[in-house]
Amino acid sequence: MQPQASRDSEPGPRAGPGSLGESMTTTTETPAPAAALERLKRPRSRLGRSADQSFRWLLTGFAAVVLVVLALMLVRTTYVAWPVFQQHGLELITKQRWFPGDNAFGALSFIYGTVLTSVIAILLAVPVSIGIALFVTEVAPRRLRVLLVYLVELLAAVPSVVYGLWGLLVLLPWLERHAWEPISSVLGFIPIFAGPANGRSFATAGVILAIMIIPIVTAIAREVVALVPHDHKEAALALGATRWEMLRLAVIPYARAGIIGGTMLGFGRALGETIAVALVIGGNPQISASIFQPGYTIASVIANQFNEATGFHIQALLAIGVLLFVITILVNVAGRVFVWRAARGLA
Amino acid sequence: MRLRPQTGVVLLALALAALALVAAGCGGSKTVSAAAATKGSSNGTAVLNGSGATFPEPIYVKWTGDFHSTHPNVQVNYQGIGSGGGIEQFTSQVTDFGATDAPMSDDELAAAKAKGGDVLHIPTVLGAVVVTYNVKDVDKLKLDGPTLADIFLGKIKKWNDPKIAALNSGVSLPDSDIKVVHRSDSSGTSYIFTGYLSAVSPEWKSKVGQDKAPEWPTGIGGEGNDGVAAAVQQTDGGIGYNELAYAIENKITYADLKSASGEFVTASLDSTTAAGQGVEYPDDLRFSLLNSKAPGAYPIVSATWQLLWRDPSKAGLNRAQARALATFVTWELSSGQKEAADLNYAPLPKDLQSAAVKALDSMTIPSS
Repeated sequence: MQPQASRDSEPGPRAGPGSLGESMTTTTETPAPAAALERLKRPRSRLGRSADQSFRWLLTGFAAVVLVVLALMLVRTTYVAWPVFQQHGLELITKQRWFPGDNAFGALSFIYGTVLTSVIAILLAVPVSIGIALFVTEVAPRRLRVLLVYLVELLAAVPSVVYGLWGLLVLLPWLERHAWEPISSVLGFIPIFAGPANGRSFATAGVILAIMIIPIVTAIAREVVALVPHDHKEAALALGATRWEMLRLAVIPYARAGIIGGTMLGFGRALGETIAVALVIGGNPQISASIFQPGYTIASVIANQFNEATGFHIQALLAIGVLLFVITILVNVAGRVFVWRAARGLA
Repeated sequence: MRLRPQTGVVLLALALAALALVAAGCGGSKTVSAAAATKGSSNGTAVLNGSGATFPEPIYVKWTGDFHSTHPNVQVNYQGIGSGGGIEQFTSQVTDFGATDAPMSDDELAAAKAKGGDVLHIPTVLGAVVVTYNVKDVDKLKLDGPTLADIFLGKIKKWNDPKIAALNSGVSLPDSDIKVVHRSDSSGTSYIFTGYLSAVSPEWKSKVGQDKAPEWPTGIGGEGNDGVAAAVQQTDGGIGYNELAYAIENKITYADLKSASGEFVTASLDSTTAAGQGVEYPDDLRFSLLNSKAPGAYPIVSATWQLLWRDPSKAGLNRAQARALATFVTWELSSGQKEAADLNYAPLPKDLQSAAVKALDSMTIPSS
């Protein structure tokens, strides 16, 4: 039932004599057999020690690359975009008009579109992801589980431009005719569903994004659901809980923090998605309450205008890039904190 | 996994090499330009790099290939990154030549002059922008400039509006909404189209004007030529605009437009070339062919240009490169023109061809 458990406490009986690699992969929490411990106590050769040292530096170097690249990106883009921040300041995030020809650079409608499409994506993706996670870990027979996990992870391997083109040519006309138009004709009196319903809209972009973030949200939800101790579940069942009650009372409360964290990571990914959104969002810098109207997102504006931009316009695009970078980092950090907390609480 | 000590050392060396590469890539953004890296090759081969407009990319790529087969010692590379990017990279001398759908502005020319001297605009082919539409049972539609502008201004909202009906006697137009589609990305096609609307409608000129990404008064955006075409075809009552070559290749219906001389003209390669005949061209070859009065001219026509330095050696090209560039562009203006129509580009009219050759003659080419 719990594949994780057996993987974590893997003992080291296969360790060869004086095996350096094996000693490194054996983590400190897991009890190593006495024989292996004995071998580790023996003095190692000088070459072995220096290799150990250099391997450590090598790994540290790889880890540092990530930080350096990230810092370089942020510093460099902020540096180039600095005149824009200086000249436009807060207007960048409070004004709506974006027209490079007239030196108007207000990104409010892009920020609105970015957040709105991501929120729609989360609202659609999270329930589905939790459902998949619970089904895979608690309900599905073993063979189906493997297949399903594989298929969901396959979703993450589809290039985003393929999602975009499929969304544009297949999903968009279908949604417009069979979903958005009926919904807005019945519920159009509610501002968020106000017509005339348009295929190129926040809603369509949200659906595409939802499909794109299901893999990451599902993967994390699956992990935290699998971490729920067996005792808790058995206790619930022993008290006469049905399977549904067991999931509701024992599993979901235990996994909640991790699921929230996964949600925020999915949110961070949705914020930055570019080409798939650019193809279906409609490209109008407007703030409309209705999710069936065309809009714009930060990432798709950058994709759409960067090619033809010159001079200050490029700097302005970099400036909103920095803005997106900051928003995404904040969301991701928040998500990570949740996941860490969840993991520590469960370990 | 077992790591022998030796393997670890080798791995470390490899990793350090990789890190050094990464570091070099991060630091030298200006110094290791594509152009500089290929300079001074020893075997007498000249490599030329260009970038810019995406509209002429297919014909430029074909030209560079065909030119290489007859001139094996010259390798020309072209990358379509957009006109703005083309001007930017050309000015900063990352590339050896640029390409753009809209001539460089006076400001851009001044900035370029400070870096590498005068810039030559060499027109290479002509292109047209057609008005694509999707109205049930209407496969022949006629429009004129002011009506088109009013549609894109959102003032004409129905297909059976009297203004449209007056131009299409005998066609039964439906009482359906007009749904305007425009490009959502910044594009030379939008620049040409809005330039035409500005030329025929004072209201468009004052309210919107000519821009690569204007503030559209109405309609929804499609990404790229295919995005607009998809939106028009998916939307009953849709109207948009596409490049002629794209519309021909994808068999999209487009409207006839009334020309400046008062006749309705169907866009074609011939009517596109016709727009440039008998026109007075300025010496710097920064001209517009929009709303041409030439007989048989389709009204939404523009040239696309390649950008060259008048004195390439001042801008960092070596002798071999400068000579190769002049040979290549001369070839484009003569042999290359015969290939244009195969890819649905309109060849330059005679007058313009000789004007372009004349401009090219002013280029400073070092003698061997």
